[in-house]
This record gives sequence, structure tokens and C-alpha cells, in this order.
Amino acid sequence: VSWERVPGFVSDQTAYGEATVIVERVRLREAALHLRDVEGFNFLSDVATADYLGWGEPSVAGYWGSAGGRDTNSPGSWGHSRLPASRPKRFSVSYHLLSIPSAARLRLQIWFDDGEPVPSVVSVWPTADWHEREGYDLMGIVFEGHPNLTRILLDEDWEGHPLRKDYPIGGEPVRFSGME
Amino acid sequence: VTATSSQAPASFGAPIYEGSRIPQPIPTILQVPPELRETDDILTVNFGPNHPSTHGVLRLVVDLDGERVVGIRAVIGYLHTGFEKNMEQKSYWKAITYPERIDYLSFQQNELVFVLAIEKLLGVEPPPKAVWMRTLMSELARIHSHLVWLGTTGLELGAISMFWYCFRERDLVLDLFEMVTGVRMHTRYFQAGGLAEDIPPGFADECRRFVDVMDQRVDEYEALFSHNPIFLERTKGIGLLSAADAIALGQSGPMLRSSGVDWDLRKAQPYLAYPEVEFDVPVYPEGDVYARYKVHMDEMRQSARIVQQCLDGMPEGPWIVDDRKIVLPPRAELHTSMESLIHHFKLVTEGYRVPEGEVYVTIESARGEMGCYLVSDGGPRPWRVHFRAPSFVALEATATCLTDALIADMIAVAASLDPVMGDVDR
Repeated sequence: VSWERVPGFVSDQTAYGEATVIVERVRLREAALHLRDVEGFNFLSDVATADYLGWGEPSVAGYWGSAGGRDTNSPGSWGHSRLPASRPKRFSVSYHLLSIPSAARLRLQIWFDDGEPVPSVVSVWPTADWHEREGYDLMGIVFEGHPNLTRILLDEDWEGHPLRKDYPIGGEPVRFSGME
Repeated sequence: VTATSSQAPASFGAPIYEGSRIPQPIPTILQVPPELRETDDILTVNFGPNHPSTHGVLRLVVDLDGERVVGIRAVIGYLHTGFEKNMEQKSYWKAITYPERIDYLSFQQNELVFVLAIEKLLGVEPPPKAVWMRTLMSELARIHSHLVWLGTTGLELGAISMFWYCFRERDLVLDLFEMVTGVRMHTRYFQAGGLAEDIPPGFADECRRFVDVMDQRVDEYEALFSHNPIFLERTKGIGLLSAADAIALGQSGPMLRSSGVDWDLRKAQPYLAYPEVEFDVPVYPEGDVYARYKVHMDEMRQSARIVQQCLDGMPEGPWIVDDRKIVLPPRAELHTSMESLIHHFKLVTEGYRVPEGEVYVTIESARGEMGCYLVSDGGPRPWRVHFRAPSFVALEATATCLTDALIADMIAVAASLDPVMGDVDR
């Protein structure tokens, strides 16, 4: 199957038996409509976001890697066996599509940097409503054209987006007694 | 609430297809019509998050015109615990315990989807005995989950005795889990590569005893409900969801099958030992609460049937792969083999490394399509884990199901969506 007819087509690949089509961020909605109406992907299973900040770089938690292989001489090395392939941008959003009843699956993916808005697909698959709100809430991705882009799982006055890689674990301030 | 962006696509405001009941412009919120908004008869009621009949910490904000629901909005997040963030900090080995706690009624299946995702990246094929035992445990988990659903739904509709009968059988399932794994809930029985332990002697007999009574017990439940005029009155024709709306809203599992869509991942994209066992997929076209009840009842019977076949067909042999880079060495070897000791130490402290890549694995859980998106950077901990929670998606249908409904229907509809709030909020 060739996906080159998908509007905004950038590249496609198959890994672990799963097909992925990467499209331009700005033409996402066109691509979604094409896949729904022409290719028959009538079911949006999931919208999965990912943050690749610090991907393949040594980090505070003890990841060390080198292009030639793991540096076994570095103390306490929890190394990669090799460095992972670099990613084009910081964020990705993967739309996992399913076609009922043919059972075909496809991952529609876009890549973008912080601050770049993503076109909403709520008007294509209404189920995207809460998935996109979750992506906004936990990952700080702005879905342009979403009819109700508010926080969904966290409080309305929550600061930050916890699933970002620069959001610290235990970052919530704790009040102790006697600290008035 | 109005559309926040002026760049909203032109198709907003019009239904995406003829005859759709999905509210516009926000598919998950039923808004009070403008002509009603002016009158002062509209009463806004905050239902939950702590209410005995909301199935957990679900909050529904309802606008009422007398007894009629004219606006509804589901508010979630009261049980958000950040599982996905936490799992990024754990080695895969330790992270397996997390997904079980997400959906605490069908824990085996959540564990399964995560383990299958790890195995897909690792390229590991578990031995046949593990595959069959996983199938068996998944179906027991489905029975367990459906029993709790039926019991609590009955409770919420005023049928208290059903709750006791369901929990009687649920206890039998938990006894079986305890026998196999040592714990009643959150068993952590599935490992990457197979099972944590062999099936204990005597399990097959105990399990057969349970399966033998289960069919008859489902008949007893049906005798209590299927001809009960109060139950029929409160469920038939209530909470309608058409097949097209169900697909557009991403509904899956019993929700989809009760709207007349013959769709079951166990048949459509066979995994585990499902291609080798015989079972039927119940489909009801009505799309109301009663159809969802019927699907749950039939599925319990079919699950018992699958468990029976798994017991008959259970292969002999190892229960986990023999790969010391992934699987803990047998306990006895630690006293005599230096290599085993090193492997044990490395696996427990550092964990196994999972090849770089991203996978999306889906299974048919008790609530529908349970998905796991897993990204690995080649290290011993997941870079990103995301779960497609079927309850989260099911709650998106609240507004559609409650279009033109009465306040009393709200309880029946919320229960029929089968939300497990741990699964919704993660």
C-alpha cells in the first residue's frame, strides 16, 4: 500500500508490523478527512502524544550512551547499547486509526516543536474531543479549532503539563505544619 | 460554553452525518438550547463526584427542565494518579504492576496489553502454555469485571439482592486468582516472556467446578432481571446510541456490540489462543441500556465456555521463555551458578533493555478496545507509555446517550457505560 496520495504526505514506514504515515502538521485535517472518507478509517482508536526532549542524551537519571556503543567505563552506567536514532522535532502526536470492519490499522503521525499548534480533528472523528483535551492537559499541546480546549484530568488552575520531560517528578509543593 | 476559536472548521455546527444524535459543536457536552436558557426554570444539579450511584468519582453536571435532562457535562479527573508519568521512571520489569491498578476490575487484561507491547518490541514469543493460561486468566477477568458491573448496576437501579449474588460468584473468581498467583487482585502474573509461575496442581479441578456452576448462575441472574417489569421499564429504549454514532464516538466492546456492530478484537484481529477456541460474539441492535445488559450476560456465558476450552486444551511444557537476558533464572540455580546470580542481580537492579521503537497494541478487554502505546529508546525504562482506556472513551458518549432523557435515566445510562474511574482518569 502506498500512502503517497495522503494530503501533506512526508514519509511512511512499517516497523514491528505497524504502518506509520507521517504528514505535515498544517495539513493534518485534510489528511484525516482523506483517510476517513477514501481509505475507510472510520474509527479513531487513540491520540497518543510523546515528548522527545532529551532523547538519547545523558540525563540526570543515569542514562549514558555513545554512538559506538555503551561506555562501560563510566561509573554506574545504565547505558544504551547504542544511541537511538534522532527524532525530527520535539513532539509527536500519533493518531491510531482503525477501519471497521476490515480491521486495518494505521498510525497517522505529525512532528512539531513547542508552541506550534496542531489542527484539531474533532470535526473528523468526534471521539478526538477528550483525547485532544488530555493531550493539552498533560502534554501542553494546543489543538487549534478544538471547540472546548480546557484541562480535563487536572485542576483548572494547575501549572505546567506533567507528561513533558522537563516537568519534575515530585514537583508539587508540599505544605508542612508550622509553615504559615 | 461556546467555540473558543474563530478558526473552527466550517463543518462545525452541522451534524457530521444525517441522523446523528451527537451534540454540536462539542461532541461530549449537551448544551441547554438558547430558547430554554432564558427561562428561570432551568435547575443545574451537581451530581457527584461522591454519590452512591455514580459508579465511582464521576461528576455529572446536569441542567434540568423539570424531570427532563436538557444539558449534561461529565467532569472527570478526580482519580488521576499519573500512572503514565510514573511508569517512565520504572524499569519495564517494575512497571508491569502499574497498568493493573488503572482498571482495577479487569486487571489481568491491562497487565496483558502492556506485557504484549513489551514482547512485541523484544520480539519474544511466549510458550504455548503461557499463551493458553493468559487466555484463560483474561476470560476469568472478564467474568469478574462483568459480575461487578451487573451487581453495581443492579444496586443503582434498586435491585440490592443482585449485588450479593454477583459478589458471591466474584469471590469464587478471586479464589481462583489467589490459588494461581497468591493474591486476589492486582496479581502481576504475566511476565514479559510468559507467566510468573507454573499453574498450581489442582487448579484445573477448582476452575472446572466454577465453570460448571457459572452457566446456571447466569440463568439465575437473568431470571431476576430479564422479566422484571421495573428493570425492563428502566432499561428498554433508554440511552439510545446508534451504530454510526457509536463508531464516530470511538465506542468499543459491549457498547459497540449493543449498538448492532459485530466487532470483537478477539475475532477481528486474533491474538493469544482465541483463534483456537470456539465462542460467539453477542450482538444486539437496539443500542439501549437493556441491550448492553444482554451483551454483558451473554459474554459471561461465552467467557465460561472459553475457560472450559482452555482447561481442556492447556498444553504441557514450560510457562516462560528460557532467555536469561529477560527472564529471572530459577530460584534453585542461584545457590549453585554464578552466572544465574549475576543475571538475577542485573535483571532486578537494572532491568532488561528493550529495542528502540514504538508500538501500539490493542486487546479486547472487558470494556472494549484497550490499547497501549509504548515508545522505547533502547534503554531499560519506557520512554513513553500511553493507555487507550475504554472507559475514558465510553464516558464521551454520556451526552449523546442522554439526549431527550429523564433524570432517572441518567443513573441507568451512566451505569450502562460501565466506567471504571481508575481507567478513566489513570
